[in-house]
Amino acid sequence: MSDHKPKFFTRWLFSTNHKDIGTLYLGFAIISGLLGGYLSFLMRLELMEPGIQYFSNPHDFAMFASMHGLIMIFFLVMPAVIGGFGNWFVPLMIGAPDMAFPRMNNLSFWLLPVALICSVISMFVPGTTSGNGFAGGWVMYPPLATSGHPGPAFDFVIIGLLAAGFSSIFGAINFITTIFNMRAPGMTIHKMPLMAWSVLVTSWLLLLSLPVLAAALIMLFTDRTVGTGFFDPAMGGDPLMFQHLFWFFGHPEVYIMILPAFGIISHIVSTFSRKPIFGYLGMAYAMVAIGVVGFVVWAHHMYTVGMDVDLKAYFLAATLIIAIPTGIKIFSWLATMWGGSIRMTIPMMWAQAFIFLFVIGGVTGVYLANAGLDTAVHDTYYVVAHFHYVLSMGAVFGIFAGFTYWFGKMSGYLYNKWLAAAHFWFFFIGVNLVFFPQHFLGMQGMPRRIVDYPDEFAYWNYVSSIGAIVTLVGVAFFLIWLVEAFIVKRKAPDNYWGEGANTLEWTLSSPPPFHQYEVLPKIK
Amino acid sequence: MSDHAIEHDYHLVEPSPWPFLSGVAALVWGLGMVVFFAGLHPRSAENPNGMMEFFFSRGMDMYGADKVSNGGWFFLILGLLLAAGVMIGWWRDVIKEGDSGDHTPVVQIGLRYGMIMFLMQEVMFFVAWFWMFFEFGLFHEVRASWNPDVLESAAAYADGFGVNAGGHAITTINAWDLPLINTLILLLSGTTLTWAHHAFVKNDRKSATFALGLTVMLGLAFIYVQAVEYIEAYGHRMTETNWLDSNIYGSTFFLATGFHGFHVIIGVIFLFVMWLRMMRGGMTQERHFGLEAAAWYWHFVDVIWLFLFVFVYIVFALN
Repeated sequence: MSDHKPKFFTRWLFSTNHKDIGTLYLGFAIISGLLGGYLSFLMRLELMEPGIQYFSNPHDFAMFASMHGLIMIFFLVMPAVIGGFGNWFVPLMIGAPDMAFPRMNNLSFWLLPVALICSVISMFVPGTTSGNGFAGGWVMYPPLATSGHPGPAFDFVIIGLLAAGFSSIFGAINFITTIFNMRAPGMTIHKMPLMAWSVLVTSWLLLLSLPVLAAALIMLFTDRTVGTGFFDPAMGGDPLMFQHLFWFFGHPEVYIMILPAFGIISHIVSTFSRKPIFGYLGMAYAMVAIGVVGFVVWAHHMYTVGMDVDLKAYFLAATLIIAIPTGIKIFSWLATMWGGSIRMTIPMMWAQAFIFLFVIGGVTGVYLANAGLDTAVHDTYYVVAHFHYVLSMGAVFGIFAGFTYWFGKMSGYLYNKWLAAAHFWFFFIGVNLVFFPQHFLGMQGMPRRIVDYPDEFAYWNYVSSIGAIVTLVGVAFFLIWLVEAFIVKRKAPDNYWGEGANTLEWTLSSPPPFHQYEVLPKIK
Repeated sequence: MSDHAIEHDYHLVEPSPWPFLSGVAALVWGLGMVVFFAGLHPRSAENPNGMMEFFFSRGMDMYGADKVSNGGWFFLILGLLLAAGVMIGWWRDVIKEGDSGDHTPVVQIGLRYGMIMFLMQEVMFFVAWFWMFFEFGLFHEVRASWNPDVLESAAAYADGFGVNAGGHAITTINAWDLPLINTLILLLSGTTLTWAHHAFVKNDRKSATFALGLTVMLGLAFIYVQAVEYIEAYGHRMTETNWLDSNIYGSTFFLATGFHGFHVIIGVIFLFVMWLRMMRGGMTQERHFGLEAAAWYWHFVDVIWLFLFVFVYIVFALN
């Protein structure tokens, strides 16, 4: 069976191979990313000048904003970091021949196109009387998501997210079982690479938070269609309860997106400093701590809903505690580089940028955790800037770091480093130009999700939109180096990063055999 | 098929059409859900019986006041049938692989982990429903007192959990009637299931099959009693203005017990499949994880019911 690959359709539609499924996930993530990026680019183009230029009405703009959020979270970041890199490298790194449940693994993948199709359909069926699609934001708060959107558009979104949720739950079960049960002989849990640790913690978060989202979505669905009153005060319900249920999922979701990036960055920093990661156990348990505390901080997204002040104080304190394990990670990366023999390769550039920009996003997060300050900047562009610094520059930089780090291992080809460097620099300058000015806009009081704004916000909006064009050039360079690498076909050696890249995947060929580890590796 | 020896006990599954077909089934089912519950194509007065109107108008309307006959159920049923077909094919493959010895000890440990985590996510799913129930049951007045300025009548809202919009106390189902019978049925089914398992471990297939069959019958009895209760409840809905579905208690009641009932149906099917396998001489004294997984699932369903019975039926009624 070793390198006996099935025929094309069997291989890609009916796959039970973790590497092929990982490739499918990554391809899916790139397509979704382009779609979500297209939506955001049009929004930025619209906001370049005050007044309404391209959109026919504000509903469409809000719909673009909502779908951009949902697509980027559920169909770009999660499939890329968990489905893509998790599938590819967790089994390779822990010395397992495949995932624990290879068939269920493929089910996890195939539910995602279903979810994406439902979400895309929703954009073309009636939402409200003023337009097609769902425009209630990715957070889907009622009553905007119930009586506010009587059309079937939001029902498609609900079904899509349920499918995506099941996909992630099955994926989580698969990863936890694989990591607990299939580590190579001698690889104790405390010798496991940090990427595997990060996916382990992420999977627990998915497993325990997604069912709550599923229930909340079902409540929305029944409120909309069969007349239950969960979120309807007239029947004794409370729209606020949706926010609690949603953020009980939504806050762990934030860590679901960023923890695998932490894992990727740890490997890259260690490889290109030619040093083992500083404080390995601290790094692993910092992620566990982030995961555990991440479950009890959700209402910091809800400071302005009229919560009791004691609750605000609790959620404020609990949220600030998360800065401690996160700080452990940041300082451990710095300590790993300290005195190391640093090579500024493309993945290392992404990793450096990740650390720098994630700290900015993290620090604005510490500000926002303060209930008093958050009351002033809640739902302004300050929040948009904050979460794009941790996502668009944290999670996405983590994805690009991992992609440039492992591209040769996955495809067997090396990319042109000048094209990849152009991708990095355009992207780096572009996203900073987009999002840094949004801090100023937020501080000036510009609200989120609006299509038009007063002239006083014009300057920094213009700068921000210029940044979007620069980012677009970066994305173009990404596609160019990707295509170029497959056309030119420079063969990648087994361990093309040389000394420092010492996890198990570098002992295999590039790309690895169809089924690896027929004789399990022994870890000393 | 292998070129050289594979020296590990893991199970490398051959390519399989089922996951992809599951995706197809999920897509059809999802379309069916939207059409059935929300409707995609409203009936126009000009052409009420066109193709689009028939298949894409809201299936629920068949049960509403106007009772329009339509095909809004079509995609939902088709999706469910496809899903059922996929599940039969998929699990038949799993059983075949199990019987052919692919489920080595290490693979069985993996299956155990998988089932435990599946149950954990099921627990979290019910946590959400109980969260709603307890939130409204315990903190309704507190929440009203936080927001007197935004609620038109904080006082009326405060005792809203047991009171409907008209300010009348709602009528609920008597916990010591059908729900008590159902509790006894489920608890009894737990004991017959344990009987079946112990008998099977002692290789007494005859009493194991009998006891498992009894468990399935008890599960069916539970579903029957629950159906009677629901039909009864539906009848009251038509006649009583203060019936429980007129407020938030009814929403939590129907959705929480409804999802529990749905899980009971799954559990009965799970147990029934294990019964069929036993009848056909499948599973062995040492290796019968399917039976154990079905038992775990059944006990989980049992525990959820006990929580529902104690809190949603009894404690609420005491209020």
